[in-house]
Amino acid sequence: MHDVMYFLQQLINGLTVGSAYALIAIGYTMVYGIIGMINFAHGEIYMIGAYVSLIVITGLAVTSPAWIPLVLLVALICAIIVSSSMGWAVERIAYRPVRGQHRLIPLISAIGMSIFLQNYVHLAQGSRNIGFPLLIEGGISLGGSGGGFQANLSYMQLTIFIVTLVCMTGLSLFISRSKTGRACRAVSQDLKMSSLLGIDTNRIIAATFVIGAALAAVAGLLLGMYYGSIDPLFGFIAGLKAFTAAVLGGIGSIPGAMLGGLVLGVAESFTSGYLSGEYKDVVSFGLLILILLFRPTGLLGKPEVEKI
Amino acid sequence: MLEVRDLSMRFGGLLAVDQVSLDVGEREIVSIIGPNGAGKTTVFNCISGFYRPSGGTITFKGRPIQGKPDYKISRMGMVRTFQHVRLFSRMTVVENLLVAQHRHLNTNLFAGLIKTPDYRKREEKSLERAAYWLERVGLMEMANRDAGNLAYGQQRRLEIARCMVTEPEVLMLDEPAAGLNPNETRELNELIVSLKEDYCVSVLLIEHDMSLVMGISDRINVINQGRPLACGTPEEIRTNDDVIKAYLGEE
Repeated sequence: MHDVMYFLQQLINGLTVGSAYALIAIGYTMVYGIIGMINFAHGEIYMIGAYVSLIVITGLAVTSPAWIPLVLLVALICAIIVSSSMGWAVERIAYRPVRGQHRLIPLISAIGMSIFLQNYVHLAQGSRNIGFPLLIEGGISLGGSGGGFQANLSYMQLTIFIVTLVCMTGLSLFISRSKTGRACRAVSQDLKMSSLLGIDTNRIIAATFVIGAALAAVAGLLLGMYYGSIDPLFGFIAGLKAFTAAVLGGIGSIPGAMLGGLVLGVAESFTSGYLSGEYKDVVSFGLLILILLFRPTGLLGKPEVEKI
Repeated sequence: MLEVRDLSMRFGGLLAVDQVSLDVGEREIVSIIGPNGAGKTTVFNCISGFYRPSGGTITFKGRPIQGKPDYKISRMGMVRTFQHVRLFSRMTVVENLLVAQHRHLNTNLFAGLIKTPDYRKREEKSLERAAYWLERVGLMEMANRDAGNLAYGQQRRLEIARCMVTEPEVLMLDEPAAGLNPNETRELNELIVSLKEDYCVSVLLIEHDMSLVMGISDRINVINQGRPLACGTPEEIRTNDDVIKAYLGEE
């Protein structure tokens, strides 16, 4: 019983972090799918989302102790607005002018943007880590009432699952049903042709940045609260992990990013649960190397077969 | 409708197109022919906004369009196809036709989210238009298949349908008959003539298939090594000495 409960607990923890990774990974994968570049500033967009939501939560809590779901909703909306504008601005300022150049140039521009944003937050918010209040407390105990280890599903984890699920469903519907989603798919398949058919491709590209940034902001609020503290480097590791998740699932594929995030989260949590927390990153990046060696297109990515 | 004057295109030291002029009037089929490497596709690329021409003017419906971005030119009513098929192969046939009407739909995100009546009406209309053209090119049964799984001839027809749903006034076809069998070429021939007769579209055509070109063109422009060689009706071109020389070599 003890073993089963322990296993269950690791699984819950893994899926929680994994679904947040998936939210961030979608931003990487969508941008890659549409213009073939890795947006290395994406982790910073996520970090800014976390900061904005913390600022709003603190502000609201100080001025008026309001109803918690409302506070969270306001924080979420503010984080989405700020991060999305940031995502839009980064594309406009740092990527669009160098689009169409050699592919290393946008990549370096992205790294520069990442360093800039990180240091900007260092300056504006200080470099020490700041506590993030856990507003969703309590949980459900999943074991019997007997002694021994009991798996616990906290309401925070439940919130992460539900919010992620809602975002993923919304995104899938948007991509498959809406006009803009259809245009996104067209642009990702053939940018030039889409443009020739009268689609304003710059707008569509900007839209993918905005959507990716909005999802990253959601993840920023959720993971910031889940971990309990944030600092300006908060986005760096999470960004790398989410990038790994995107590659794991097959970069360019949205279902792939979702799957990759979950797989990575579970793999990490089992490593810390059964081996040692220290090995967590070793396992996730080891996984990345293995995937790149043996299945470079990722779990759900399809190899490009050229018809001759 | 479309006027090209002294169009030049230089790539480094290579003058790929040199002082080419051509006119496409309303409801006219104008062809560009010439040996391989003559610069026909480069002319197309300049007109459709793919390249920024090095010299000359391009006027469409009385407005200069040289150097304009390609999506603006296509929105003005001039669309093109390519030598090789460029469909969105991982989208369904009908989606290919719907995405081409993107600009006709209200691009306002909120209208799309809450589905205003006006938005629904436009959406219905674009679906009707797609259905009409699928019927017209005989691809109705294929509507929900992935475009990449169609036979080659069907893909070619779908490309033309995809251009037509944007309701163009000038259609530019780059070797539409390439790779088609004689039967399919004849169907294509009828389709192009019907576009002109029934839908009031002008067609600018690059083609190697002489029977197609001679049969349907109102006028033909011959280009050789980037320079205009001759221009006239099919009958004039057939008997032009310079053209015969360029194609068959000197005696």
